[in-house]
Amino acid sequence: MTADKILFAFFAVLAIASAILMVTRRNIVHGAVFLITTLLATAGIFLQLQAEFLFVVQIILYVGGIMVLFVFVIMLVNLDVSLHMVQFNRQRFVAAALSLALGAQVFFALWAGRNSLRLPGGASLRLPAKNSEAIGDALFRHYMLPFEIASILLLVAMIGAVVMAKRRV
Amino acid sequence: MVPLEAYLLLSLALLTVGIVGVLTRRNVIIMLMSIELILNAVNINLIAFSRSWGDVNGQIFAIFIITDAAAEAAVGLGIILAFFRNRETVLSDEMDLLKW
Repeated sequence: MTADKILFAFFAVLAIASAILMVTRRNIVHGAVFLITTLLATAGIFLQLQAEFLFVVQIILYVGGIMVLFVFVIMLVNLDVSLHMVQFNRQRFVAAALSLALGAQVFFALWAGRNSLRLPGGASLRLPAKNSEAIGDALFRHYMLPFEIASILLLVAMIGAVVMAKRRV
Repeated sequence: MVPLEAYLLLSLALLTVGIVGVLTRRNVIIMLMSIELILNAVNINLIAFSRSWGDVNGQIFAIFIITDAAAEAAVGLGIILAFFRNRETVLSDEMDLLKW
């Protein structure tokens, strides 16, 4: 086993284990901390995939932004009584069985198509060496309109969040 | 070099765990966190293909998905706060005003 395989195995096991813990824990704050671990492990995977810019974005935006928002809302909303209630809903066994069946289906689809994942003759394809530069180039040259639409989406989401969380509109 | 299939399997595992979380938990905040997990699994897929095909476009799509995730988290948590203020609960099966 080479070093990158060991790194990948470490991050993958960390991500999956803390994701499972996140879904099954009773305490929401523990769930949030496990989700942060999953996101950090995913950031490590991004770094291994030579996506340095997304590695930084993942840590700053997900862990530093979204998860802090989640923890704030958990503190505002947290009810001690909900710790002692049933944590799973009534359809849990059917739902879990169906989701696992969906996972198995996708797995078999991947298994059946495992030889067609690569472009023909693609052994020499490489990402550009300067990752952030390449992303900026593509984002501001070919994806200018989607970029602007994304900024409008963020503005609308910001207004929506403020209106929703206001006490009296 | 780690093969592309390993990343796809990791993404599939995270997606399945996320779907189980959305469908089985009662707490709306945990459901929302599971949705973040699903979006993250999608990002792994996009970036793995981006490296495998040597094309930076997959990473651009991942950036847009992260933007969507941020917007969705902000609005979703705002809705949860408003709902909690009205009904004093964050459990999904007690949100049954429209249920016949």
